[in-house]
Amino acid sequence: MAKIFIYPTNSLILSDLVERFGHKPLAMMEKIREKITTVGVDSPPLNITPEDPKLGLKYASVEVPAGVRGRMSIVGPLVDEADAAIIVLDSASAFGCMGCARTNELTKFLARQRDIPRLEVKYPRTDEEGKDFVYQIAEFLKSLPKEEDGE
Amino acid sequence: MSNSDKVTIALVSCGSEYAGIQKELESAASSLNAELVYPEMDVASLDTIGQEFGLEVASPDLRLMMARAKAVVEGAAQVDAVFVATCFRCAEAALVRNEVRRYIFEDSGLPVISYSFTERTTAATLLTRMEALTTIAKSKHLLAREYQEGLTAGIDSGSTTTKAVVMRDNEIIGEGWVPTIKVLESAKKALQQALDQADVKREDLQAIGTTGYGRFLIGDHFNADLMQEEITVNSKGAVYLAKTQQGNATVIDIGGMDNKAISVQDGIPGMFTMGGVCAGASGRFLEMTAKRLNVDITELGDLAIKGMQKNVEMNSYCIVFGIQSLVNSLAKGATPEDVAAAACHSVVEQIFEQQLQEIEVKEPLVLVGGSSLIAGVPKALEELLKIDVVVPPHAQDIGAVGAALLVSGFVDKE
Repeated sequence: MAKIFIYPTNSLILSDLVERFGHKPLAMMEKIREKITTVGVDSPPLNITPEDPKLGLKYASVEVPAGVRGRMSIVGPLVDEADAAIIVLDSASAFGCMGCARTNELTKFLARQRDIPRLEVKYPRTDEEGKDFVYQIAEFLKSLPKEEDGE
Repeated sequence: MSNSDKVTIALVSCGSEYAGIQKELESAASSLNAELVYPEMDVASLDTIGQEFGLEVASPDLRLMMARAKAVVEGAAQVDAVFVATCFRCAEAALVRNEVRRYIFEDSGLPVISYSFTERTTAATLLTRMEALTTIAKSKHLLAREYQEGLTAGIDSGSTTTKAVVMRDNEIIGEGWVPTIKVLESAKKALQQALDQADVKREDLQAIGTTGYGRFLIGDHFNADLMQEEITVNSKGAVYLAKTQQGNATVIDIGGMDNKAISVQDGIPGMFTMGGVCAGASGRFLEMTAKRLNVDITELGDLAIKGMQKNVEMNSYCIVFGIQSLVNSLAKGATPEDVAAAACHSVVEQIFEQQLQEIEVKEPLVLVGGSSLIAGVPKALEELLKIDVVVPPHAQDIGAVGAALLVSGFVDKE
């Protein structure tokens, strides 16, 4: 089982596909769930504590807007943790939820910087493209090692 | 604030919840008996909203902001006021923020303010803005008051000075002015001065209103009938004194610590911006200049009128580096007149750059606050904006006058 970083980070379709092929999706909603169900996070029902934009400094400098750093405090560790990444390009907003454009740019950049297997596919606009989209992702997921190595 | 129904404020933001400040926003709202809501919109509108707005931005969250603004304007979300918030430092957000604010204001008539947040934004910073928003939403009847009735007093506990006025039947009959040292003591002194001048006793007053930084402390002490933030009170006081209660006006209030630029319609504040804590654009800068030139602050204006700001090179608007520029100029032989003119120009230019870009400047432009009495300041503003600037009589007292005027709404008619 490999840990797969997905972009858009909230995509349920990608998350589901990754799970179907026996891997673990690293998705933003998982992290958010963790945050809001952890005792001690003091700004429910929201995602970020005042500390998080500071943690985000690992990924973006202090002159970057607070909202970007706050988002990066969630997304950044997911990229760090990934064994592989699937990036969907030009996706519709509804496909992967919203996002600050700057965060999205930085997220894709960081994923591309990692020396891990990576698949970049275009968001499908027709039935044919849709089939090809799923096929490419399936082939990529099949090519990844099933066995968990190390952690 | 005393009464009643909850004010519903639409939060139109690009993701304040990701900046760690949501709790502060919620806390500021709930302390004012207000509730923040996220306007619902059709997800399909995200694909077209950019074209509709004519502003096709990269960020989906900014598109979401525009779609939410549209939901507010079209009445899909029933709200009383709108708070527009985006990240500080984001250029794209700054563009959208301004356009969204203008769009909501012009097409819905709802009170709207905008704010750019950092991760350090606190409820205290947001409170005055949100208080103004809720007041405008809730108390339009109070703000519609154009005449002062009965015998009332207003006290403005500002950061640098405390002002008090006593008014009777639409006339100022007593004024008090003292530097703010101990907030309560200064307020007592200022009120006493005003009462003495008016030749009335405190117990004769039918109502007292307070405003300014110390409004709650002194309001509690004097058992005030109205404790109100300064955006609402000052804009009312300004248009009252300038006799421009009907129609449009723009009020610029240069205070000791901060300044406000407010777009006013029929005496009711619409869009407004409050300067952050930047002493470079406030009376404090002028005070320091006067000190350096060894003149009284009251003499600085006349000095400035005689000077030429162009003879002094200002490298920065910062109170530290700006003063350094002035000192350097003096060392190079600039005259005190030129330096005074440059200081006035610097304050005005910074207000222009930081605040007037964000509101629509409509004539008449009413300049108020203690700094307006320094003749070089209105002159510099006129030169910069190329329009006439009105400095009404008692311009330094607008807060106190506005409070005395508004609180007369609490005077029972016989």
